[in-house]
Amino acid sequence: MSLKKIIAAAIVSSSAIIAGTASAQTIGFSQVGSEGDWRPAFSANMQETASDYGVDLKFANAQGKQEEQLRAVRAFIAQGVDAIIIAPVVVTGWDQVLQEAKEAEIPVFLVDRDVDVEDKSLYVTRISADFNLEGRLAGAWLAAESLGDCKIVELQGTTGSAPAIERNGGFQAVIDQFPAMEIVATQSGDFTTEGGKRVMEAFIKSTNNLEGICASFAHNDNMQLGAIQAMKEAGLNPGEDVLMVSVDYVPAIMDAIAAGDANASVELRSAVGEFIYPVILDYLENPRELDKWIVIPSDLHTAN
Amino acid sequence: MSSVSQPSTPVWKRISQSRAIWPILALVVILIVDGFISPNFYNIRIVEGRLFGNLIDIVYRAVPTALVALGMAIVIGTKGIDLSVGSIIAISGAIIAWRIQAGDNHVVILAYAVIAGGLCGVWNGTLVAFLGIQPIIATLILMVSGRGVGMLINLIYGGTDPSFESAFLQGLSTGSIGYIPTRILLFIAIFIALWLVVRKTALGLFVESVGGNAAASNLAGINARRIIFVSYVICGVMAGWAGMIMTADTHTSDPVSVALYIELDAILAVVIGGGSLMGGRIYLGMTVIGALVIQALTTSILISGLPPEYNLIIKALVVLFVLLLQSDNARKQIVALFRGKHNE
Amino acid sequence: MVAEIDQSACIEMRQISKSFPGVKALDSVDFKLYPGEVHALLGENGAGKSTLIKILTGALERSTGDIWVDHNKCDFRTTGDAQSAGISTVYQEVNLIPAMSVTKNLTLEKISGRFGYVSWRKARTMAREKLKRLNVDIDIEQPVGSYSVAIQQLVAIARALDDDTKVLVLDEPTASLDAQETANLFAIINDLKSKGIAVVFITHFLDQVYAISDRITVLRNGKKVGTDLATNISRKDLIAMMIGRELGDVEAAFSTKGTGATGETVLQANQLGKKRTLDGFDLELKAGEAVGLAGLLGSGRTEMCKLIFGAIKADTGNLVVFGNSTNRTNPRNSLDLGIAFCPEDRKSEGLVGELSIRENIIISMQSKQGWLKPISRKEQERIADEMIASLGIATPDADKPVGQLSGGNQQKVVLARALASSPKILLLDEPTRGIDVGAHAEILTLIRKLCEQGLALLVASSELDEVVASSDRVVVLRDRAKIGELQAGSITRDNIIQMIAGTDNV
Repeated sequence: MSLKKIIAAAIVSSSAIIAGTASAQTIGFSQVGSEGDWRPAFSANMQETASDYGVDLKFANAQGKQEEQLRAVRAFIAQGVDAIIIAPVVVTGWDQVLQEAKEAEIPVFLVDRDVDVEDKSLYVTRISADFNLEGRLAGAWLAAESLGDCKIVELQGTTGSAPAIERNGGFQAVIDQFPAMEIVATQSGDFTTEGGKRVMEAFIKSTNNLEGICASFAHNDNMQLGAIQAMKEAGLNPGEDVLMVSVDYVPAIMDAIAAGDANASVELRSAVGEFIYPVILDYLENPRELDKWIVIPSDLHTAN
Repeated sequence: MSSVSQPSTPVWKRISQSRAIWPILALVVILIVDGFISPNFYNIRIVEGRLFGNLIDIVYRAVPTALVALGMAIVIGTKGIDLSVGSIIAISGAIIAWRIQAGDNHVVILAYAVIAGGLCGVWNGTLVAFLGIQPIIATLILMVSGRGVGMLINLIYGGTDPSFESAFLQGLSTGSIGYIPTRILLFIAIFIALWLVVRKTALGLFVESVGGNAAASNLAGINARRIIFVSYVICGVMAGWAGMIMTADTHTSDPVSVALYIELDAILAVVIGGGSLMGGRIYLGMTVIGALVIQALTTSILISGLPPEYNLIIKALVVLFVLLLQSDNARKQIVALFRGKHNE
Repeated sequence: MVAEIDQSACIEMRQISKSFPGVKALDSVDFKLYPGEVHALLGENGAGKSTLIKILTGALERSTGDIWVDHNKCDFRTTGDAQSAGISTVYQEVNLIPAMSVTKNLTLEKISGRFGYVSWRKARTMAREKLKRLNVDIDIEQPVGSYSVAIQQLVAIARALDDDTKVLVLDEPTASLDAQETANLFAIINDLKSKGIAVVFITHFLDQVYAISDRITVLRNGKKVGTDLATNISRKDLIAMMIGRELGDVEAAFSTKGTGATGETVLQANQLGKKRTLDGFDLELKAGEAVGLAGLLGSGRTEMCKLIFGAIKADTGNLVVFGNSTNRTNPRNSLDLGIAFCPEDRKSEGLVGELSIRENIIISMQSKQGWLKPISRKEQERIADEMIASLGIATPDADKPVGQLSGGNQQKVVLARALASSPKILLLDEPTRGIDVGAHAEILTLIRKLCEQGLALLVASSELDEVVASSDRVVVLRDRAKIGELQAGSITRDNIIQMIAGTDNV
């Protein structure tokens, strides 16, 4: 036990010397994994922008396993990093390791997903985008564009997933303010192009060629791209006959917006280093109580 | 020699005794229910030069699943199973996007996609037939790794934008010839070709024989390993065709999520069509009916307006019901239940 | 009018009938069983033995009739009901789980204690006790599948026997046992008998019927032909009761020997063999002769057939077929060379149960032609109908799944398949195993007919009388080696036994 402590102390002091000489902050980042398109881009951005802020980033990919994440965080604690960033794989099971970090006086910042701990003081803050805000932005744009009068078809993400629930919630909250706005059909397209196309085809039949429908809201761009194809094959004009708004702002939807097939997309940023690093560096210089959630702003992009 | 002239069984009796009746009945019931859900369900009109309507959609959307299910029916006939069909679709789709970016002739690319499917089948067939690995494990390998292979292929050309345009391939997938969607015509052509190979040669008999009793088939002179190998290759080729149709449909290669769980739908289609996972029988036509039942179900859920949370539960319940209808045992029990007495 | 219940019987079944759609499987059958007797239940396939047993053990419900167990009227709805009334059954296909240990197999349904807790120590004690009753001493921790069929049979009996077992039904228990194993089993049956247990014994082996049974009941076509003490029924009478025709026919079939005029050599094996399977042997087959293959179970009869056919790959020697030498054969090549093989185990190696009779008949012929040259449906039907007619396969039509046929008819289908591939050399492994007397005679007649048509036959059989009656020449095997041949003049039962027993043992 004591030997362990001595070794840990030695590691801490040696890494403190290195950090001291480089006069840079050392930050450990435990990432969930590398699934999908968005997360690898997020990881790459964090690593690329670290040097801009004089941060020595220690990156650990947990391959989707919580025990890997716990091991990585404990390694960061043993190394005596200045701060730890966690993109948690699940919400529960973090109390113990966060307690260890607190005892080592290393501040912890959450990015992306939330954790569920009794003692909220175990982490400084969560810095992430707000799925609910994305839904609200899309809803607000649509309300403005349709002057508060619009029948909407909705392409949901994977049933039960956090982005699907939150985006739907935010969107619904806004259109509830407008009596003439209503979601007339909603279905899950599983966040895929194929799914979006399949669902929109069925909507086209069940609403008699989208008669009276003024907008399509998709929880991601891929589904919206599928919906655009389905509408074109049915002889409809997406972007003109029907307003098309979705979330993500991937390159393909940019092309579609430029071509007039889609109208708006809310950006889910993967370039978030510029939002995360300043918060952490500022806190390290001047430790104080922060809000428990710092929202990374979402922007809505249109053709203009 | 004993040319006993048998009295031909009455048509209605043959129909009621046929195992084909139950899946067809299920399909009809689903379509009738759809009529109540959506009043204009049966409307068919012509839009953009092709037939347009829910009924057409069901057939149209069922094509990829039906193609995969036909290959699966043959593999299941040998008492095997192929879990990797979704991954094969991902790989053939990725190859299409890659070669289009590379500027190859699109007819040649179609051949690449189908051959890629066949090669995946060669891999599976080698593991199962010649290395003796259990089918579920052997095909699990490609199931797990295949989508990764697809992503690697996307990376060959940078992987930033795997979308493409191809008049030829999209013509096959989403176009139409004389009002009829091309993919339906393509499917009919492939079905006939497969049927000829299975039923007009002795291949089908050999597959059923090997699936029914591999040891006895070997002693009867059939090279069981070769038959099993060939069945996986056919299954791969069918998945390759499905991959072309699905990839051209969405104009993009999406290895991570294309045709997710299609192996389960395909297995279900085979089973609904009367096939047994114990092997020994191939019902090609009924497998297509099975695929139509699944797609009709999916389409009706989409138009029903029910919250998406119910989708999978409803699908599971209906599939369970169809399978119960098919089981002689379960049918008897149900009848006995209604009569309120123990059946003899 | 109700007759008195027989007070000394432990089981009385009266006027039992059972109808299946289209068939009356049992027609007013009476059956009594007394404590401490061995009662043989005999009949051809389809006579109703299985149906009667299934009704007794609760596996089937009777259509009409009554059952008394110890003078109490019983109504079994499940096999569990029958078991709790003291009636236990060991079926022909041993119902054990091969991969599980003997202990687990023996105690499977009895060990789950309170709250699902299993005491393995108790289970082992229970298993040992069960085996001790039968004087079986084996390692109970080994998987059942690692033991011989004979031991498995005993384990199955041990499992069926409970402290309160009154009746034990044994369905074809000796089908896969050799003489020594059968003798052991009989010793155990006699022991059970002395403890007052009634044993119902179903078998095809008439010798065994006389060796062990006290009484015999014969069924035919769902009706009871008669019941009597074994000592009151002669062998000839018994066969007559079972097949319902004059024994003369059967005897005639048994004694039709070939003319002895044999043709040229068609097959010659030179030191063909495989390590640990069968020592290298020499063998010559001539057109128009039937060579018998005699030996005890495990002596290498099946192995010799399979080595010649190429189903087992030889590692020594070679084969000359019609003058062409070959040392690497497989079933497909053998078919091409004109060799056909009917395996011993119809169910696991012979037939594809789900396929129709027609498909089973043409499949060897088809594989010989290759998959690209399918035999037309019409041609298939012609061949199948021809075979059904000429072999006398009892079936309404050729499209019935072969699995639904009786054993004898299945055997004929296996034979039909071999013949449809138009062989010059036919290897038959136990062609009459597990089939009734009538079909037995028909198949022997057929073998003779084939010889006359110029085929060369190699017939492996475990029934000496059959070998003696139908062979022009006999090859004798012992302990996985060929030990000699008997020529036409010297083929007798005694000569073969002497050869198998070994000269120094006489």
